Amino acid sequence: MSQQTGEALVSLRDVRFAYGEREVLRGIDLSIHRGQVVAIMGGSGCGKTTLLRLIGGQLRASAGDVRVAGKSLNRLDTAGLYALRRRMGMLFQFGALFTDMSVFDNVAFPLREHSDLPEAMIRDLVLMKLQAVGLRGAQALMPAELSGGMARRVALARAIALDPMLIMYDEPFAGLDPISLGVIGQLIRRLNDALGAASIMVTHDVHESLGIVDYVYFVSEGRIVAQGTPDEIRASQDAFVHQFVHAEIDGPVPFHVPAAPMAEALMGRAS
Amino acid sequence: MIRRIGAAAVDWVWRLGFAARFMFLLLRYSGQSVSRLHLTIREIYFSGVLSLLIILVSGLFVGLVLGLQGYETLQRYGSSEALGVLVALSLTRELGPVVAALLFASRAGSAVTAEIGLMKTTEQLKAMDMMAVNPLARVVAPRFWGGVISMPLLAALFSAMGILGGWLIGVVFIGVDDGAFWSQMQAAVDFRYDILNGVIKSVVFGVAVSLIAVFEGYDCVPTAEGVSRAITRTVVSSALAILALDFVLTSFMFRGQS
Repeated sequence: MSQQTGEALVSLRDVRFAYGEREVLRGIDLSIHRGQVVAIMGGSGCGKTTLLRLIGGQLRASAGDVRVAGKSLNRLDTAGLYALRRRMGMLFQFGALFTDMSVFDNVAFPLREHSDLPEAMIRDLVLMKLQAVGLRGAQALMPAELSGGMARRVALARAIALDPMLIMYDEPFAGLDPISLGVIGQLIRRLNDALGAASIMVTHDVHESLGIVDYVYFVSEGRIVAQGTPDEIRASQDAFVHQFVHAEIDGPVPFHVPAAPMAEALMGRAS
Repeated sequence: MIRRIGAAAVDWVWRLGFAARFMFLLLRYSGQSVSRLHLTIREIYFSGVLSLLIILVSGLFVGLVLGLQGYETLQRYGSSEALGVLVALSLTRELGPVVAALLFASRAGSAVTAEIGLMKTTEQLKAMDMMAVNPLARVVAPRFWGGVISMPLLAALFSAMGILGGWLIGVVFIGVDDGAFWSQMQAAVDFRYDILNGVIKSVVFGVAVSLIAVFEGYDCVPTAEGVSRAITRTVVSSALAILALDFVLTSFMFRGQS
């Protein structure tokens, strides 16, 4: 696993983000170094996907500084942002493969768009990427012919086509069977180590994530409420982390949505 | 009530502004449609070539009906030889550009909206953007220019098939004189005044329909219902835009030759 040395590849300092009046994130501080696989965990709607979009430059922070590879995203224009994104890869929740292209063409897409390599070399590179995710034999298939797990692996091959320095994963385990889940988890770890990249994954799959990541940030109600290595997280006595890791029904995140007492509702005095 | 009308008006103006900004960006990023011509040619195939059948068959039927109705009216005044003129002028000035554009909006415009809308719904556009590939340049602009190029060609073929239909009914089945049919048409149809104005109309309709189709797809709410509503809006807005623009263009173009 990784060493946290040198300047962070991704750093967020006192970041705040709001959709209009609604504040989604506040006071976010985090650092991610090369070689690390970091998980951002939290319940649905806690702001963790927004956090990923801030790092990818899809959203701009309302306040604070988001830096990737030493560049402040708030100050970059479209050309600067695109130059930076050529060194990033992103895996979307359901793969987001181009449905009118074959598996091969999907993986070749970033290479054809951003390089002048001859087609023979692109072919070799695509086959190497597909081999890395175990799908070289599926190169001629169309996305509609793939299972959920296979589509996720093709999207992963596409995300690493340009050997990125930073790979982002939005819910990489959502909707996968246990075998595919294990395969994707191992691929995330192995590819990150092979590329010497940094990986950030937004997830709420505790079991699979703690087995492969180096560091975890817990987000709740727009703030980082806990952080640590997988061992520290497992041993944490923090009420929120404990409830999340052990999947307890009630705790700091209540089972019931706040409402008037049941007796009053039954008597018709409240809804 | 007044507040609701005001909100709807503000919403409409905001959307219009967004559409204008969208068109500006679309033109700005259109360079790739030329530099990577295969992307545009592919869209000409999907929008134009695959619409050929419906355009040709519809053109033939419109021509057949024009032949029947035209003959019925003209023979009352003893000028049935002018059938060729009537059919050709009706088609090149009005029916060719207008009906072809309406068919194009239903066949190709709706397909473009659905395709872009589904790409948005399944995060394909976002994925492209995250790969530092501008979706406006890579996806939207080639579809827009594919439509703009296809439209006048389809309208011309529609008119040609219509004239053939009119000839079939008038000359082959009813017995109007063949020479009179073609020679009167040749004498009465002016290239600049009739044909060129018809081509200008179809180019304008092509721009309007293609712009509406790509905008509705790009701007749709990314859900199944959102895409369905966007397709409906494409067909309805395109039809209204074609008919309204036709009135405006006709009033400027055809004021009676002196």
